[in-house]
Amino acid sequence: MRAMVYRGPYKMRVEEKHKPTIEHPNDAIVRVTLAAICGSDLHLYHGLMPDTRIGHTFGHEFIGVVDEVGSSVQNLKPGDRVMVPFNIFCGSCWYCARGLYSNCHNVNPNATAVGGIYGYSHTTGGYDGGQAEFVRVPFADVGPVLIPDWMHDEDAVLLTDATPTGYFGAQCGDIVQGDTVVVFGAGPVGLVAAQSSWLMGAGRVIVVDHLEYRLEKARSFAHAETLNFTDYGDIVLELKRQTDWLGADVAIDAVGAEADGNLLQHVTTAKFKLQGGSPVALNWAIDSVRKGATVSVMGAYGPIFSAVKFGDAMNKGLTLRMNQCPVKRQWPRLFEHVRNGHLTPREIVTHRFPLEHIAEGYHVFSAKLDGCIKPLVVPTAA
Amino acid sequence: MTSTSSDLPIAYVPGRTRPTQTPEQLRARIPGWGVDLDPADRPSVPKLQFQEDLSGAHWEFPDRQPEKWPRERSVEHAFLTPVFGTAQPPKGLSGAIRKYAYRYSEGRAAHWLLLMFADRVDAGEHHLSSLLTLRPDNPITETGVLSEFTHHGLRSRVGVKRTDLVHQSLDPVIVAGPWLIGGWLAFRGVRRAVRALRG
Repeated sequence: MRAMVYRGPYKMRVEEKHKPTIEHPNDAIVRVTLAAICGSDLHLYHGLMPDTRIGHTFGHEFIGVVDEVGSSVQNLKPGDRVMVPFNIFCGSCWYCARGLYSNCHNVNPNATAVGGIYGYSHTTGGYDGGQAEFVRVPFADVGPVLIPDWMHDEDAVLLTDATPTGYFGAQCGDIVQGDTVVVFGAGPVGLVAAQSSWLMGAGRVIVVDHLEYRLEKARSFAHAETLNFTDYGDIVLELKRQTDWLGADVAIDAVGAEADGNLLQHVTTAKFKLQGGSPVALNWAIDSVRKGATVSVMGAYGPIFSAVKFGDAMNKGLTLRMNQCPVKRQWPRLFEHVRNGHLTPREIVTHRFPLEHIAEGYHVFSAKLDGCIKPLVVPTAA
Repeated sequence: MTSTSSDLPIAYVPGRTRPTQTPEQLRARIPGWGVDLDPADRPSVPKLQFQEDLSGAHWEFPDRQPEKWPRERSVEHAFLTPVFGTAQPPKGLSGAIRKYAYRYSEGRAAHWLLLMFADRVDAGEHHLSSLLTLRPDNPITETGVLSEFTHHGLRSRVGVKRTDLVHQSLDPVIVAGPWLIGGWLAFRGVRRAVRALRG
């Protein structure tokens, strides 16, 4: 089969690989019909995530058709069209039983600090991902669901990570009616987090970024006020000024490990790999909210140390909430929101690349060329 | 002189709230405003919520996937998890470093720093070995840099305010640097060998 393979930082190519096989009785093999590149894939692409091996196939956002099932699979059969959450999870461990699917303890031997994720290095379990023609899907009776007939494929693929993560980010903000919410990052997760904040009753939503085309999208897609941090010498001060010197009630970090805005933080992280993440957005969130506020962290960070301003967080009495999103737990409610038009995921798709051109897709997304917000990948056999 | 509370920003006085639009105004402007206002409608509230159906799992503990080689695992796990990825088994020098890294718990910096180091070694091993194949690594096609010409590389950067332009210039150095250093070292080695042969 054709599959994207990682060749080292900033490099990848498409190769012939062996088609995955059933390795466990509850596995399924899924023929991928549509995949996406996630902002967090860029952390792998840039060589930031420990134990990212040469030859690894990325991709944790994908939908497809069941090609083969293991002997114990009861809920799926070949030919079913399925959407697959980015979390690999067993459904039965202590964490899964309590709804923390992203923290499953039975799928990732390499680390206990993170669950299993498709195509996201050996630190999340060593599973090849869905930027390929076929992918192995463990626990086929637990994770995937049939794509509803009414759902558009591009909505379905965005419901495997970006949309639920943004929605979950707003939930972790514990928003109450009338709250002022500031979202750092106008990428796919930030845009959905802004849109979702309104569903939870926000009175004001402000999105902060440095890319004007993305801020324009935040205004049109998420009805948000926007601030370009390059327009201000100090974005924290500007946010205080704009919130009557109180600060926002809730901040959502939808940027994560490669945040810009502080050259030293960015370069030490993204270029020299000396930090697990460049916590520029997170530190801005901590410093710009009011005392007693909630900071929700949806941006992905690596497992090594980062220079986060915990002193300010402590002294301000902040609540910090975060996790990888347990996707399947969000789906019933999110399906309603998409069907009712309250959330409109596919509006953020800007580019569609054939699998054979995936290296160009990564470069365009990484270098923020051509107004790129969300690139999709169409496998050869789709 | 004492100011009246209405003169002061709300952070400094007790009872004022932020001016905001009414729910009716917000509903008219924002599709679905407030439909998840009640925390009971939010799927991850409360955080820990027992899932009676175990999400479709029909086991208390899953069957164990066969272990085809000694699978590296975190020492913080009591045993090898019943299901695991089998992509890219550890090989070569990078594989040896990785296996050594897994002796340390995730709480130790040595664990992660050794894994990061192994990643760089792995890249070097594969770049070099690719030179012995019919498909050596090609930094032009593998970086996707030709998309600069097809996806408005210049227009995306000129005349716009982007803070990332400052450090994007480092990217070619990161990609090409190891090749240049390797080439220079190879050149020095060959030159030294030739001089030695000439006596």
